[in-house]
Amino acid sequence: MSAARHRGWLAAVAMVSLGLSGCVTVAPLDYSAFRKSPPRSILILPPINESTAIEGTYSYLSTVSRPVAERGYYVFPVAVVDQLLKENGMPTPGEMHQVSLEKIREITGADAVLYPVLHEYGSKYHLLSSDTRVRVSARLVDTRSGVLLWENTGMAESGSGNNSGNFLATLIAAAIVQAINSRLDPSHAVSQQANVLLFGTRTRELPFGPYHPDFGKKF
Amino acid sequence: MFLVLACVALTSACVTQQARYAWGSYEDLMYVAYIKPGTLTREAQVEKLEADRVAARTANKPLPPGWHAHLGYVYFQMGRADLARDELTAEKSTFPESGTFVDRLLANMAGPATKSP
Repeated sequence: MSAARHRGWLAAVAMVSLGLSGCVTVAPLDYSAFRKSPPRSILILPPINESTAIEGTYSYLSTVSRPVAERGYYVFPVAVVDQLLKENGMPTPGEMHQVSLEKIREITGADAVLYPVLHEYGSKYHLLSSDTRVRVSARLVDTRSGVLLWENTGMAESGSGNNSGNFLATLIAAAIVQAINSRLDPSHAVSQQANVLLFGTRTRELPFGPYHPDFGKKF
Repeated sequence: MFLVLACVALTSACVTQQARYAWGSYEDLMYVAYIKPGTLTREAQVEKLEADRVAARTANKPLPPGWHAHLGYVYFQMGRADLARDELTAEKSTFPESGTFVDRLLANMAGPATKSP
């Protein structure tokens, strides 16, 4: 009985430390630049894709409007922006990330630009299981001053055939409001989980924007 | 018990709350159009998005930022400039932040250059 109880406590401690490692990654972010010029509108560019999965670029792009808009910002239509940049001689995200802030501001009126980088994207297959992992970082830059307003990294993974080590991912997956669409590849669902951490990590979260009811309450 | 509560608090901090906007199939359609091009016609996209509009109205939830401009752009690509203009105008009146961008799109549409399909 006492051994069982001891194990229970150990499990609880393990759960909490998992929660911590998932939510609190690095040092708290300095929000002074953000407070000085909080954006209303965010232009999200397609991510630079450092992974080996080519499809990651646009699979990820199709997951990132929702979390930013739900945090209270005006998010420009990402596919329209992508198309427009392509038509204007920028066929790749690498080139799009090089456009001057002044030009972006002139064309779109965006207050800030979000530059995502996809570090890892995709599945690894083992004999009896597979792991899907997405690691993404993003920088938010003010289009008037060029100042970095916010940055963070988010990582999520899910496995099949082996549940150990995927406790947090499972918890988050279960709690995500949006039902995961079975037509989409597993990395797409994992991207959504990575975004939860990218934008919502405690001490480094993206502050709420003007369309959020809690706008201005923190930070 | 305390530890369990702490854990719940930590995880719930990471979790999205109830969505403010009626996202419908906006992002899923985008995914399919990019990743499986050719499997989804513009007509099918528009049909889905128009159904989402009705569902949003029924649920009494606003459509997300970018939604009208996105639909407007698909209409524009289909050669339906009239419907495209309606959607772009709706984007601008719902979200004034889009004004500069929408005005540019409207100007491009009115210009002499016609889009390739």
